[in-house]
Amino acid sequence: MTSATHGTPAVAEQVGTLDAPRSPYMRKKTTRGNYELYSWVFMRASGVVLVVLVFGHLFVNLMVGEGVKAIDFAFVGGKWSSPFWQIWDLLMLWLAMIHGTNGLRTIINDYAERDVTRGVLKGLLYLAFTIVVVLGTLVIFTFEPCPVGADPELLASFCTA
Amino acid sequence: MPTAQGGTLYRGREGMWSWVAHRVTGFAIFFFLLVHVTDTALVRVSPEAYNAVIGTYQTPIMGLGEVGLVAAIVFHAFNGIRIMLVDFLANGPRYQRVMLWIVLGLFVVTMAGFLPRHLMNVFGGH
Ligand code: HEM
Ligand code: HEM
Repeated sequence: MTSATHGTPAVAEQVGTLDAPRSPYMRKKTTRGNYELYSWVFMRASGVVLVVLVFGHLFVNLMVGEGVKAIDFAFVGGKWSSPFWQIWDLLMLWLAMIHGTNGLRTIINDYAERDVTRGVLKGLLYLAFTIVVVLGTLVIFTFEPCPVGADPELLASFCTA
Repeated sequence: MPTAQGGTLYRGREGMWSWVAHRVTGFAIFFFLLVHVTDTALVRVSPEAYNAVIGTYQTPIMGLGEVGLVAAIVFHAFNGIRIMLVDFLANGPRYQRVMLWIVLGLFVVTMAGFLPRHLMNVFGGH
């Protein structure tokens, strides 16, 4: 007998009949961790927050005042000169994009049976996700409500005041 | 495609159709969002460019499109809450059908609040 057989972790792992105490529950043994569980939880948590963010967005932009008729550059200038709406839109952008991308991943897994098709579709999905999230984030933070040289008629009233 | 044999209790009933509607609305909202963030990005180009594109959102045809979008979001949101209640309430699955009717009722009420105002904004002579 060599000392290596005396219950070293390496041997216990090879025998593999018992889980380590308090290891996370897994329906089926995989090497992939609990990714699907976390994504399931995320869909629900983000959904609750999105109800508030999206309904608030639609109410302010469609119901207040003249609704969609009132939206123009000056309207956006008024909203995004306040950190409140910047953060609101930033959260909405990230949560809706992660939620929607994860939902589309599920749909692709359901219908695209060939490995190549599935790989290509998911590649396109993650590409679209990256472009839109980066673009939207940059737009919120680099937005200039009163650009120099622009027609003052088109700007929010505080630009000329 | 799901390949189970036919003849389950679930198939073809309210539970399945609400699932189909949830999937279709989620899919549609996602693609709207891709376009929406892109056209909002025009605020970085010039006030004129943004106003030109957002002006098309104020035409009658787009006004009807916005009705469709809002309907999709309202259904997806209320039905999403129903899915969570089915998952988390002890008796959730037993009440899934009742809760679907509540979702549809709330959907009608919300749209009844939204439609007159939005249609007046779009079609009313301002
Ligand atoms: C017809 C309905 C809609 C109209 C008229 C509209 C209008 C606007 C406007 C004017 C902005 C500029 C900033 C602001 O006002 O906060 C904006 C930004 C935004 N909207 Fe909407 N919206 C609509 C529906 C939606 C929906 C359904 C979603 C979510 C799924 C959404 C997500 C966003 C996001 C994430 C931004 C920030 C974009 C960025 O980061 O550049 N919008 N929207
Ligand atoms: C307004 C609040 C929202 C709520 C309460 C909500 C809730 C949910 C819930 C609970 C699920 C089910 C996940 C599962 O079955 O495991 C789901 C799926 C999904 N959601 Fe949302 N969601 C919301 C907004 C959005 C938005 C803004 C988008 C698009 C950007 C979206 C796109 C999707 C997609 C594509 C799915 C997958 C559908 C499927 O697998 O059949 N949702 N949502």
